[in-house]
Amino acid sequence: MKAFTTHTGLVAPLDRANVDTDQIIPKQFLKSIKRTGFGPNLFDEWRYLDVGEPGQDCSKRPLNPDFVLNLPRYQGASVLLARENFGCGSSREHAPWALDEYGFRAIIAPSFADIFYNNSFKNGLLPIVLEAAEVDELFAQCEANEGYALTVDLEAQTVTRPDGAQHRFEVDAFRKHCLLNGLDDIGLTLQERDRILAFEARHRTAQPWLFAAGR
Amino acid sequence: MAGKTLYDKLWEMHEVTRRDDGSSLIYIDRHILHEVTSPQAFEGLRLAGRKPWRVDANIATPDHNVPTTRAERAGGLMAIADPVSRLQVQTLDRNCEDFGILQFRMDDARQGIVHVIGPEQGATLPGMTVVCGDSHTSTHGAFGALAHGIGTSEVEHVLATQCLVAKKMKNMQVRVEGTLGPGVTAKDIVLAIIGRIGTAGGNGHALEFAGSAIRDLSMEGRMTICNMAIEAGARVGLVAVDEKTIEYVKGRPFAPRGEQWDAAVALWRTLVSDPDAHFDAVVELRAEDIKPQVSWGTSPEMVVAVDEAVPDPAREPDPVKKDSIERALRYMGLQPNQPITSIRLDRVFIGSCTNSRIEDLRAAAAVARGRKVAPSVKQALVVPGSGLVKAQAEAEGLDKVFIEAGFEWREPGCSMCLAMNPDKLGSGEHCASTSNRNFEGRQGAGGRTHLVSPAMAAAAAVAGHFVDVRELVQA
Ligand code: SF4
Repeated sequence: MKAFTTHTGLVAPLDRANVDTDQIIPKQFLKSIKRTGFGPNLFDEWRYLDVGEPGQDCSKRPLNPDFVLNLPRYQGASVLLARENFGCGSSREHAPWALDEYGFRAIIAPSFADIFYNNSFKNGLLPIVLEAAEVDELFAQCEANEGYALTVDLEAQTVTRPDGAQHRFEVDAFRKHCLLNGLDDIGLTLQERDRILAFEARHRTAQPWLFAAGR
Repeated sequence: MAGKTLYDKLWEMHEVTRRDDGSSLIYIDRHILHEVTSPQAFEGLRLAGRKPWRVDANIATPDHNVPTTRAERAGGLMAIADPVSRLQVQTLDRNCEDFGILQFRMDDARQGIVHVIGPEQGATLPGMTVVCGDSHTSTHGAFGALAHGIGTSEVEHVLATQCLVAKKMKNMQVRVEGTLGPGVTAKDIVLAIIGRIGTAGGNGHALEFAGSAIRDLSMEGRMTICNMAIEAGARVGLVAVDEKTIEYVKGRPFAPRGEQWDAAVALWRTLVSDPDAHFDAVVELRAEDIKPQVSWGTSPEMVVAVDEAVPDPAREPDPVKKDSIERALRYMGLQPNQPITSIRLDRVFIGSCTNSRIEDLRAAAAVARGRKVAPSVKQALVVPGSGLVKAQAEAEGLDKVFIEAGFEWREPGCSMCLAMNPDKLGSGEHCASTSNRNFEGRQGAGGRTHLVSPAMAAAAAVAGHFVDVRELVQA
């Protein structure tokens, strides 16, 4: 997995609550059996004026000039500012894959849906929860200042604004450790192989029916 | 010391180890796979040279993008017209074959929606941990199982290690006491709950549904409720084990038998929250207050009773909420204060892992019997949740009831719930749908979804607009 330590980047504000993963990456693109290729279809229904289908050349499609990510001032954004319950709905990991491939490294919101939050960490994309009032301030500053950039420091757990003010955020110690070092979860878990085997043996004795093969 | 919740008990039964940083390894008993969220996980296994930890814990079936017309299904894989869908189904076949995983293939009578076939086969048992790369895995919690959706990286993690890295969630209880009125169903209960607590209301919590109205529900009804726990933000939905749970499981293909059955039942009976268990949050509803529900907006929390009207953003003081209402009304093509019963339907969809079980089809058929789909409705689909549900419905003659009334009777799959296959809404079309998500574009680009119960969907199909099914049932 890609590591995340610090990142400074242009901020794009997506001012909607409850942005769901169907919006982040619509289902027709989930037919791919690959992990890549989702970036051009991020927010497809908002971003383009036509109906998106897999296999199109997205560079030739008509852009929706009103959609925030299409505004010239937000080109190259790598920090997404969002509202509450970002990433709700379907468990599709294609959502963080699409955000990552588009170029986002961090998302700041007052809250995230649980599955999306979890999936993001697995892909080197850092979801940051700040207080609603703090997020409000960032929205106001971002909209008022062209070229508005933030610096995220995972080790220090801070978001630093251009005016020098800092916001602290919480993150699980385990997730932080994995993300800072770009560690592969599966490899780490397999280091506990003996423990898993011992648990499994006890579990099998206690509830042998859980281990019966299907008929 | 306070007692334990059902969730606490299930968690403890599966905790392999707790790490210093507060995360735990949780053992997974059942892993269900489908074609959309698994290909990249299998690819990951291959790249790392890993094998599934315990092959017999896995079971797979294609559901999300299988076609549902008889012609396409009769022709097998090669008849799937969309080559990208076909490749995904083929990829699941190949992965299951290569890794030795039991699969109900597209042409197997037991094929169906993952959350329908697990319980139907007894592959979902009380006391299990159940995961699947699909957020509606919360459905299986109706059996007193700890069940939740996972992403593709976690699908790979479970395949390789039989474990998940997780952190214990908080406990929330929603208690529904009292007796439901006639024509009001499990779907209306859960929509009313989401309307009350909001789509983020359950974030970070395992949500146990309790109270006499929940106990009175059939297992099908409990599955409908747990299915939509995720729409309230809770990954996990739960209902305590009782005699109905045990009765439902008995004799199913994967269920224990003989001595093991007795031992299992003894353990399953303990899978209830202790009377003095502590919940971090408790919400109470009266069953008598719940009317048939209809969602009007683009989030499951945007829901009202059928005898109410579309909300007026002018009356919403919170600017973010007001903006959401305005945006939703624009997308849905609705006017503030418009009565729900004035919404006309272009299509009707009865199906999905929320409402495609036999009881759902019976409820819809009871309304459709002897009536006709309104001529203004372009299409009314009934899509059973599995091949076995379909066979059961046909044995009861429900297919004939639907066909005579003008509905299309289809082959099992997810179908118009997410429109990855050819069943979809056109732009601007309104659909009465028994599924679980009314997000923008969910049922087709520009499509407008209204979430309702099966009986309400059938009534809407007949009337051509929403009607209070209680009037039809009494008439
Ligand atoms: S029926 Fe709908 S919600 Fe259920 S698994 Fe299929 S696509 Fe997902």
